[in-house]
Amino acid sequence: MMAGFDDALGVIGLSAGYGGRTIVHPLDLAPVTPGQVVSLIGPNAAGKTTLLRALAGLHPAQGSVRLGNRDLLRLPLADHARFVTYMPQSLPQRVALTVLETVVSALRASPVDGAIGSDQAILVRAMEVIERVGIGALAMTGLDHLSGGQRQLASLAQALARRPRILLLDEPISALDLHYQLRVMKLVRELAAERGMIALMVLHDLSIAARWSDRILVFAEGRLVADGPPAQAITPDILASVYRVAADISGPPDRLHIDLRDILDD
Amino acid sequence: MMQRRLQLLLLIGLLCGLAFALDISTGPSSLPLRDVWAGLFDPSALSDAQVTIIRQVRLPYALMAILVGAALSLAGAEMQTILNNPLASPFTLGVSSAASFGAALAIVMGLSLPFVSADWMVPVNAFLCAFASVLLLEALARSRAAGVEGVVLFGIALVFTFNALVALIQFIASQEALSQLVFWSMGSLGRATWTNLIVLALVIAAVTPFSLRAGHAMTALRLGEDRARSFGIDVQRLRFFSLLRISALAATSVAFVGTIGFIGLVGPHIARLLLGEDHRFLLPAAMLTGALIMSLASVASKLLVPGTLLPVGIVTSMIGVPVFLALILRRPERA
Repeated sequence: MMAGFDDALGVIGLSAGYGGRTIVHPLDLAPVTPGQVVSLIGPNAAGKTTLLRALAGLHPAQGSVRLGNRDLLRLPLADHARFVTYMPQSLPQRVALTVLETVVSALRASPVDGAIGSDQAILVRAMEVIERVGIGALAMTGLDHLSGGQRQLASLAQALARRPRILLLDEPISALDLHYQLRVMKLVRELAAERGMIALMVLHDLSIAARWSDRILVFAEGRLVADGPPAQAITPDILASVYRVAADISGPPDRLHIDLRDILDD
Repeated sequence: MMQRRLQLLLLIGLLCGLAFALDISTGPSSLPLRDVWAGLFDPSALSDAQVTIIRQVRLPYALMAILVGAALSLAGAEMQTILNNPLASPFTLGVSSAASFGAALAIVMGLSLPFVSADWMVPVNAFLCAFASVLLLEALARSRAAGVEGVVLFGIALVFTFNALVALIQFIASQEALSQLVFWSMGSLGRATWTNLIVLALVIAAVTPFSLRAGHAMTALRLGEDRARSFGIDVQRLRFFSLLRISALAATSVAFVGTIGFIGLVGPHIARLLLGEDHRFLLPAAMLTGALIMSLASVASKLLVPGTLLPVGIVTSMIGVPVFLALILRRPERA
């Protein structure tokens, strides 16, 4: 079932910080419609992870994050988790759990959409996701025996199993080789289209962000400096002001070629 | 997979039963196994003294070993998960020391609390101090500044602090109070009574269902706090109630047998090596491995020096150190 426009993600006056210091300045976003894949780019320490964690309800924040007419930040944790799943950058080391056990534990942690109750139903759903992510053969393998890329896929399987309306991914491909990078991006796109899921991810690779996203948010010093389709948001001027690099950008809008020429000094 | 784990649980349970049988069959008064069983089930065949030895000494000691082992190991397993630290246990992070301090205060200062009878002042005060130390650890674990290493360092600092305070109390204590205190610091099953046993059994029975119910949430917490919260788990609440259970288990155990080291650390690790970290299996397995080690330690405490019953706390530490070392040196295999 495709969700309607009623289920758009809206962000109004969202701000977050540590102690007295503001990391994310009040942010308003035009609605993100179901099925959209949005990438959040920007230099290190721009506040991207804090923004993502605030959207996930994991970091104290002011303002409102709406899904349709629900104010997500006012929901109790377990209700919030029915709609939003956050995937952190990495899985902890030295965890004696198999891939299947981790996905099952994600499903059992709190109620998820699509009523599943019995042990058997949970196992079936967990295995479906693991197969879909492409690590079916590793289902019974311990996390500590996986490569970095496989761990990232296991982590993705945990998040996807909950079938969130909004999937928040923090640098999902940073540890991956080219093959796995494309695999993750393709899968996220497919599932966004299939389920009407909104995917919002922090990425560092601008070419990949441009190729696989419907919309790019450029974030610098806790503020949104550009927001739009890749060709509008990734321009030489913006790269110069945000990353302090000189770049040439060519190619059609959905296949931007970014050629980094030099760094710009102050 | 699931079946294999259930079989393993059953196997460890059987070994516990064997260790328990061995435990009640050994002791300074050399009673053959046959007489021990007769003493339990058909006392008319034995002298009154023999029946008393079996029913009032051997049986309560052996049961206490099983219960204390299970309680400390369950407390350690929960602690390692909620503090996300493989070195956490009631002993290594100062909870046992805090309980000893509480007990020492009650013994020497003759403290009293409203609604608490004098007989129970020692265990109750041990519990209160243990819980206070656990709350301190919890507050530190929650603050971002401290980090995991900070919690462990603070826990070790607690061990030294409370040990120093206990030493101070020992220094000013009377002869009589001092001997009680020394008993505490060594950890011995020698004060096991049927009342103590019933209280500890009730605490374990009250706590275990809640531990098992939190199993899924604890498994998810192993995937990281942010992830667990994003899956809808109220981690703060989980931690708080888990710490409550830990202090009940650890403090009651320490209150009745004194400081017993390493069971809370080693029991959960052995269970984890055997069954993994699905807490539905890990928690009961930790209880059984803890009970097994403690029961074997109790046997060893009677056999090491023939004719003498060593305080069991000494033996568990001697067994614990080599196992602990092996665990530290063990590196995870990487793909």
